[in-house]
Amino acid sequence: MGAACAYYCTAAGLRVEVVERGAIGGGTSGAGEGNILVSDKAPGPELELALLSSRLWRELGAELGAEALEYEAKGGVVVAGSAETAEGLRRFTAGQRASGVHATDIGPDELFALEPRLTREAVGGAHYPQDAQVQPVLATAHLLRHARRRGARVHCGTRVTGFVRDRHDAVIGVRTDSPTAPVRHARWVINAAGTWAGELAGLAGAPVPVLPRRGFVLVTEPLPRVVRHKVYTAEYVANVASGDAGLETSVVVEGTRGGTVLIGASRERVGFDREISLPVLRRLAAQAIGLFPFLSGVSLLRSYLGFRPYCPDHLPVIGPDPRAPGLLHACGHEGAGIGLASATGHLLAQRLTGAEPDLDLTPFRPQRFAEATA
Amino acid sequence: MPISPAEPGPAAVHDIVVLGAGPAGLATAVAAAARGARVALVDAGPRPGGQYWRHRAGDDGAAHHDWDRFRRLRDGLDAHRDLLDHRSGHTVWHVERTGAGFTVHTLHAGRPYEIRGRTVVVATGAYDRQVPFPGWTTPGVFTAGAVQALLKGQGVVAGRRIAVAGTGPFLLPVAAGLAEAGAEVVGVFEAGRPLAFGRHPFTVVRNAAKLAEGAGYLRTLARHRIPYRTRTTVVAAHGTDSVTGVTVARLDAGWRTLPGSARTLDCDTVAVGYGFTPQTELAVQLGCAMERDGDGSLVARVDSRQRSSVDGVYAAGEACGVGGARLSLIEGELAGLHAAWATTGARPDRRRLARLLRRRAAQRSFAAALHRAYPVPGGWRTWLEEDTVVCRCEEVDVAAVRRAVTELGATDPRTVKLCARPGMGLCQGRVCGYATAGLVAEADGREVTADDLRGMAGRPIAQPLPLGVLAAGADGAGNEA
Repeated sequence: MGAACAYYCTAAGLRVEVVERGAIGGGTSGAGEGNILVSDKAPGPELELALLSSRLWRELGAELGAEALEYEAKGGVVVAGSAETAEGLRRFTAGQRASGVHATDIGPDELFALEPRLTREAVGGAHYPQDAQVQPVLATAHLLRHARRRGARVHCGTRVTGFVRDRHDAVIGVRTDSPTAPVRHARWVINAAGTWAGELAGLAGAPVPVLPRRGFVLVTEPLPRVVRHKVYTAEYVANVASGDAGLETSVVVEGTRGGTVLIGASRERVGFDREISLPVLRRLAAQAIGLFPFLSGVSLLRSYLGFRPYCPDHLPVIGPDPRAPGLLHACGHEGAGIGLASATGHLLAQRLTGAEPDLDLTPFRPQRFAEATA
Repeated sequence: MPISPAEPGPAAVHDIVVLGAGPAGLATAVAAAARGARVALVDAGPRPGGQYWRHRAGDDGAAHHDWDRFRRLRDGLDAHRDLLDHRSGHTVWHVERTGAGFTVHTLHAGRPYEIRGRTVVVATGAYDRQVPFPGWTTPGVFTAGAVQALLKGQGVVAGRRIAVAGTGPFLLPVAAGLAEAGAEVVGVFEAGRPLAFGRHPFTVVRNAAKLAEGAGYLRTLARHRIPYRTRTTVVAAHGTDSVTGVTVARLDAGWRTLPGSARTLDCDTVAVGYGFTPQTELAVQLGCAMERDGDGSLVARVDSRQRSSVDGVYAAGEACGVGGARLSLIEGELAGLHAAWATTGARPDRRRLARLLRRRAAQRSFAAALHRAYPVPGGWRTWLEEDTVVCRCEEVDVAAVRRAVTELGATDPRTVKLCARPGMGLCQGRVCGYATAGLVAEADGREVTADDLRGMAGRPIAQPLPLGVLAAGADGAGNEA
């Protein structure tokens, strides 16, 4: 997210410094799958953002090199296991189509043509050609590389410890723990601290309720390309939008360029607990086999976990914070951070340079949580 | 004597689950069972002994060191059959923390098993540390440990004309064993110059037995007229389908090759070893505090009772510092006595503990002296070509690793792994972790840190397992909610 902001801001002629606590892509992004999805979003402001992002990522793929980012417009396939689910999915796609999403309702024959190894119990589904993927750390690295070429400076291993304010209490920079760069002055500061963005906002006295929602990803041994799209069950959409604290797993299966198959996506609110949970892994494995029975004999090679930064209303926080003039947020994108990063960076750059914004940021305003409780 | 069934049922909770049946694990299991603890000894091998005592069925032990000690430990396993559940052929893929202790998840003959314990002892040993060089992935290049394992475990001599290279005292028994088995060893090329022992006379005197072993191997080499060269190593292997020869060069103290010193030798096999890398992923996964040891390896930190930083987790042997079989036996016994004390209340003999601690201190100072005598300085990086493979699973070359740092801005091995894929393959960085950490640190202009090593050492799924097996556990009997 920070890399995309740096990329678009430098492209707009701004001078940028990036302060990163750890290594590039090492916080929230490195633990993600790099999804660029429109399929899982219902009509509304987030879908608008996703459609803009999808277009911008396509442009980034052309500019930075699809190979370099491992950008792949593989398309999404949503699978319905019952007639009722298929019917619900058809209503969902109709709404999406009205909002500009390319979504095709498909029957079992088309489904098996798209994904020959899919369970024959599937009764129907939808095809979303706009869904794409990047390798998140490579994408982050290349965005930053281009930002550096345009003059950006990147400070890795540097933690923000506080904000510098002027006498009107406006944010005019950050303090860091770096002995060589203890204070970085700036006209604007963008909070793109992923799952830790709430903490950072708190340091500025402008809290935003960004909380961690844990997810595991299973990675199989490398295989020939047997899963061609991003394939998931229709229940996934319901879970993405859910606020339930308990464990939810709705399987997402996809092949990667490296040949491995990635299996997600569990959702739990357990704070920052990094302990591996076998019950979750077992459920993901069982659901993946339900979707692709051949996976039963495929070896699991490794697993990783990450924390999605979510807000209670499941919308990201994007834009200037009136409680701390000079501070802007680019956080709270939950599991869609990589996907929505392009539009977020682009819109913030437009905002900072006074350009006509492509999208209204009002639904994402940081002060909306305070308004709700007021 | 307590009376209990010989085979605890699947739901039984052992006092101690020992992971690994090499010298450390065997010593742990026997010491703990002798104090009345119920022990499960879990090991991947078909027979106890680990790498050090790897042997064939019916082996008389003539080719092994300390075989009497092994026989006594094996007898100990038999004598405590009522308390000691030896699970051979079990590979551990995960250790789960539960309310009551730990559940060790294993695969045995393709089926999943769960072995429960109130405590675990990580005695997982070590494997050869690899340093890449041009041609190191050519068939015919083996690790010194693999050559030794073939010989001891299967009676197979790895080749006909063999070059032995690397650093450390382990090269000597490997070369001597090959020569005694009839191979032509074209030379032992020791990259170091192990003179540092002279500076630690006290350590040497206390470990005279170990040095005598070394002298014996050198006599064997002399008898077979095998040249032993120090400050010299194999810097390249040649051949496409298989090894046809090697380039051997003299090195300076930092392991840069001396100009004009390279010469080629014909051979069909190369055995290479640059010390050992402890097998630590289970300790890492359990959250044990880790540190970088004197030999540059990541090891679990333990106290005087072999306790790691995590409650209920002990470590013994190479997992907490490479130091050889004798140190492993001492640490194993200490771990066994203390874990038994903690779980059954059987207080160990104070004088025995004091004696073990004294011997542990002596063996550790000997190990530290060995680490100083056989360092691995960073000059190996100058032997590499840009297209030399670093990670053979994912076919990542030196240039790709360096590019991830210099062009993509990665600052640590974990990020390099995510950018360029070294360590992402089947072995999960076991082979290339050390080299990748070294290359990344160099490209980033600094020394290797424990964090660098940890970034390549975490493997939450320690062994590949079929998804179907994983899924079957979901509603299988005996699973805790």
